[in-house]
Amino acid sequence: MEFYRAHILVCRGTGCTASGSEQVFEAFEKEIEKQGLSKEVKVLLTGCLGLCELGPNIIIYPEGTYYCKVKAEDVPEIVEEHLVKGRIVERLLYKERTTEERMRALTDINFYKRQKRIALRNCGLINPEVIEEYIANDGYRALAKVLTEMTPQQVIDEITKSGLRGRGGGGFPTGRKWQFAKDAPGDIKYVVCNGDEGDPGAFMDRSILEGDPHTVLEAMAIAGYAIGAKEGYIYVRAEYPLAVKRLEIAIEQARERGLLGKNILGTGFDFDIFLRLGSGAFVCGEETALLASIEGRRGEPRPRPPFPAVAGLWGKPTLINNVETFANIPPIILNGAEWFASIGTERSKGTKVFAIGGKINNTGLVEIPMGTTLREVIYEIGGGIPNGKQFKAVQTGGPSGGCIPASLLDMPIEFDTLTQAGSMMGSGGMIVMDEDTCMVDIAKFFLTFTQDESCGKCPPCRIGTKRMLEILERITNGEGREGDIELLETLAKSIKASALCGLGQTAPNPVLSTLRYFRDEYEAHIKEKRCPAGACKALITYEIIADKCKGCGLCVKVCPVSAITGERRQPHAINKEKCLKCNSCFERCPFGAIVKK
Amino acid sequence: MGLAVKKDPGLEEKLKKVDEMLEKYKGKKGVLLQVLQEAQSIVGYLPIEVQKRVAEALNVTLSEVYSTVTFYSFFNLKPKGKYQIRSCIGTACYVKGADKVLARLEQELGIKVGDTTDDLKFSLDACRCVGACGLAPVLIINDDVYGRVTPDKVPEILKNYE
Repeated sequence: MEFYRAHILVCRGTGCTASGSEQVFEAFEKEIEKQGLSKEVKVLLTGCLGLCELGPNIIIYPEGTYYCKVKAEDVPEIVEEHLVKGRIVERLLYKERTTEERMRALTDINFYKRQKRIALRNCGLINPEVIEEYIANDGYRALAKVLTEMTPQQVIDEITKSGLRGRGGGGFPTGRKWQFAKDAPGDIKYVVCNGDEGDPGAFMDRSILEGDPHTVLEAMAIAGYAIGAKEGYIYVRAEYPLAVKRLEIAIEQARERGLLGKNILGTGFDFDIFLRLGSGAFVCGEETALLASIEGRRGEPRPRPPFPAVAGLWGKPTLINNVETFANIPPIILNGAEWFASIGTERSKGTKVFAIGGKINNTGLVEIPMGTTLREVIYEIGGGIPNGKQFKAVQTGGPSGGCIPASLLDMPIEFDTLTQAGSMMGSGGMIVMDEDTCMVDIAKFFLTFTQDESCGKCPPCRIGTKRMLEILERITNGEGREGDIELLETLAKSIKASALCGLGQTAPNPVLSTLRYFRDEYEAHIKEKRCPAGACKALITYEIIADKCKGCGLCVKVCPVSAITGERRQPHAINKEKCLKCNSCFERCPFGAIVKK
Repeated sequence: MGLAVKKDPGLEEKLKKVDEMLEKYKGKKGVLLQVLQEAQSIVGYLPIEVQKRVAEALNVTLSEVYSTVTFYSFFNLKPKGKYQIRSCIGTACYVKGADKVLARLEQELGIKVGDTTDDLKFSLDACRCVGACGLAPVLIINDDVYGRVTPDKVPEILKNYE
């Protein structure tokens, strides 16, 4: 084996690739060749490090130096300075927002310090396209352990004892689910991995599939052994082409090495995994709809019971777990249930991966112990709200969740606390909203989403969400009526009680939670025909304050419809007839001379 | 559906390829979705001619094929433009002004979401979260991803595809 004195890890996740990490990767290969370092320094691609916003991200080992926003043009300097002369390229180091300090190692920065990476343990550390790298990091050791040292029941007992709960939404105890599937009568059973990550704003499953695909394969094989299944299916969104590619490579490599297929590790256990691609239907994240889709049909949910553990794929007992849930399985087997149960809180064990986004300084993926408070996540890890704006709410749980206000920021993050607050854990999206976000508009946004994605099978969801959306549209258009709020509440209650599947049952949550915490905003829209956040187009007009306008003409340039006119160096004016209310001028004006009324 | 669609000159050739692809799935169960995905990757969309062939080969009714095609947003009944623009309107992008980006795209292209320009050059769709939330708002044109897009960057981005 070759020995390299340094390794350059270039993130090739979707975020960094979009920011140009492929070019950075190629530039490193070229530059290293040029400098004659090919035998000393190795360039590797790796999965998501989490700080997607600062991409392309790279880490140079053995020191573990982290460089962000690296461009191909920076590469010769990094090679010359860091790798040849041994000097850190200060200007590319991460700058801590609070202290302005340049940080050398990824592990030292606030964004990472508070994290505990279990599900994401290999993301950003190994090359996901090389099985040996996974194996070198304890990969497939858990599978070997269960096949040679444990009975299926012991495996399930271990998972049950760990207290692991499903990471895809509802938080059902994983061990119990496995037990149901094991106890269900039948010779043919299936293991299914739900990779139909549909909640907008959540991308942890994508990162795991892209950055550490083998962990999912290994966990599915362990599950197969535990419940007595020989086949597994991974259902992935078609919107994640890179995850699909990495999974295909991983399955192929695992088969070649006898870690999937017949007689795994010579133990007589057979297990193989197949890929199925989604086709852009959010409802397919619901387990019965997902099974229908794997069977090649319209992804419509059906009533439960029977639960998939009893009658699932092609009518056979089926275990369905989410990607992140599976990623927790190998470490639990290797380190023991007690270890896992020692992390987190009484009723929510372990860690949870969150995708933090929206109006927050550090956007990206973080894995934190359960019980961490929202304030810690938003202010310490996330670095607070940009541009000196005021925090208004954090949305968790996607279209099934709700908006949590500032008064609850010190709440520990757990399955049950989030539910009590009118939201839910969901798959882990966490979108931060500031004073400029209108909560009625956000409720409308989510209802538009669920209305659009409703499969149409049951009337409460198909018609009920439509009626709710119409009311919200009316309110945001300044046509809200007395009694609309009460009508929304009545509709919400009956939809929650009567919809067929999780999509419909949770669809009213964004409306209910915003009504609970931000009722005054609804009232301002209805009674005063005013949008306090200045976001609802129908309720605002743009004006230029003559005293503040310097006549610089920047607004004239950005206006797509030439609605702004004025002499140079003289106060300008907006033609309200022409104005599209696109907000471009408002964002561009350096003097704060444009106001929304 | 799609009465105003211009005749695709290469359609005959593509249909032949579809037939070849269908051969390997004949008689198999539960493969409709995979077959439709493959057919669309060959033809670019799923005109009625393709749906009929699929129905026949898999021995299912045309109504079943059509209902499946229209259920999933990934499938297109009309041809798409040479450059497929997908503007993300996931939550993170929306909070950061994706609706304004989309409005500007509609204005610049002179088409509405879901439509294709007459010269079959651009088609415009809104999509739900591509998982690049760190770069919000995000715009995707074929395989190119643009992050941190603002409405006034839109004309500049479109120029790359003149």
